[in-house]
Amino acid sequence: MAWPLSAPELEALRLSLAVALRSVLFSLPPALLAAWMLTRLRFPGRTLLDAFVHLPLVLPPVAVGYVLLVLLGARGPLGSFLLEHFGIRLAFTTAGAALATAVMTFPLMVRAIRLALENVDPGLEQAARTLGARPLDRFCSVTLPLMLPGILAGLVTAFAAGLGEFGAVITFAANVPGVTRTLPLALYTAMQSPGGEAMALRLAILSFALGLLGLLCAELLVRRTRRRLGWHA
Amino acid sequence: MLEVDVRHRRGPFALEARFAAPTPGVIALFGRSGSGKTTLVNLISGLLQADAGRVSLDGEVLADRARGIDVPVESRRIGYVFQEARLFPHLSVEGNLRYGQRRARGAQVIGFGEVVELLGLAGGLARRPHQLSGGERQRVALGRALLAQPRLLLLDEPLAALDLARRREVLPYLDALRERLRIPIVYVSHQFEEVLRLATHLVLLDGGRVLAQGTVSELSLRPELQAIVGAEFTGAVLEADVAGTDAEGNARLELGAGTIVVRLPGARPGTRVRLQVLARDVILALQAVEGLSVRNALPGTVRALSTDAEGVLVEVELGGAAVLARITVAAQRALGLAPGLPVWALFKAVSTGGHAFALGRGP
Repeated sequence: MAWPLSAPELEALRLSLAVALRSVLFSLPPALLAAWMLTRLRFPGRTLLDAFVHLPLVLPPVAVGYVLLVLLGARGPLGSFLLEHFGIRLAFTTAGAALATAVMTFPLMVRAIRLALENVDPGLEQAARTLGARPLDRFCSVTLPLMLPGILAGLVTAFAAGLGEFGAVITFAANVPGVTRTLPLALYTAMQSPGGEAMALRLAILSFALGLLGLLCAELLVRRTRRRLGWHA
Repeated sequence: MLEVDVRHRRGPFALEARFAAPTPGVIALFGRSGSGKTTLVNLISGLLQADAGRVSLDGEVLADRARGIDVPVESRRIGYVFQEARLFPHLSVEGNLRYGQRRARGAQVIGFGEVVELLGLAGGLARRPHQLSGGERQRVALGRALLAQPRLLLLDEPLAALDLARRREVLPYLDALRERLRIPIVYVSHQFEEVLRLATHLVLLDGGRVLAQGTVSELSLRPELQAIVGAEFTGAVLEADVAGTDAEGNARLELGAGTIVVRLPGARPGTRVRLQVLARDVILALQAVEGLSVRNALPGTVRALSTDAEGVLVEVELGGAAVLARITVAAQRALGLAPGLPVWALFKAVSTGGHAFALGRGP
């Protein structure tokens, strides 16, 4: 087996990292909002929102990619609007791959953040109130820092999962070398090509190692922040 | 003046409380667990909203349901020290202390250095809350509340979560606080010792209602307080100035009917002290008695008698002050005790040990 990685393999790795990173940056703000709404607000339709957030976990990824394509493709209702007014094209682009990945990993992120928010003692927020902190100030100075371990864990898990998103990416963003051909897509392509077995094996091992590394990082981050806060993991 | 008149119902528990207490001073809310003390404090802080009624502090209305006034908690400038400290775990001790200071509105009354010195926190400013003992945590919580420059300080059983040793460690800081600051304090407790030591005004709560209110001395003679503290700890509370001390640690106090001697090591002449004379420690005699080791014998008059399951409780007037004596029904009959009868009240100098406290540092 050749080592270091060949140029197309490095390209796929670089793309996967870029797509996963962008996807978590896309999904963090809406995930924070959704987690906060689901934990702290009582409103009609809360159960529906909860189900909607979790939908990507149970849908075939290809179906998610297809819905994105219908909505955000150049001729889709949202896609044509974005293209005309902002010149933004998502389908078949790296940004599109990141968006598809973000949608797929959204439930993982929301779950982690929600768990973190549920663990924040409302008594501490009350204490902050009596000390003169207004709502936004309270959220930024008390709630958010206390949620940090959970948010970090959510980010890393979503990032690690995003490295390997296949179905939604290939459906919405296609398999364009150097643009949307991420690790799993490169792996799939290698499997389909005659003589690509060695490359497929290397890419599979790489994916495996990255996934493991991501999960270990998440666990370590949680432990470290917890220790800093004096909670015993 | 802190004026509270609120009604609040949650499930089966209804609170209907009304009291007015002078400020500054330490207003103690005293009652058993479940009497509504914490609910009342939460209503004053604004963390809970009353169903009806009003709360005002020194003439400023903080909440008035009828007029639609409800000053938000964060604008009330009411410091709150919770039972479980509630320090921010992600901040150091200094970060916790500065949290309120940074958000303080209005004039700075007390500075960072003063709080650190007053509460003895200089040694551990860089530490994290989880590295502190329970007593230290409560002191930091107290400092954090003070640095927000409150107009009123609410202390909700700040010592309840602490063992006896830790409690003894924190109490002197509360004494110092009361002496040095002009901030009115509402102090919630179900420990009479704390009330005896700190309170200037006492509000008795039971079942969500105010049973009685007044000074500690006044209420010590009332059956409502006796019902809460129990027969064992029933006794008149006296206040007097130290007239002199001896080398043994005894202090002479001037009461209307004469001088008494109590064991009070460390007291200095001129200091005002408050002491509780337990009813079970007081002996009544029809005439002056000679040849006893008892150091205190004061002439007085029987003012009232009440009979209960524990026997007879006799209130004796001593020239402006009063003591309670617990005797048996047989003793009452034998002595023919009745209101108006002159008697001598006798109690040992050492029997007030543990129930006598200096209220101020003196001149």
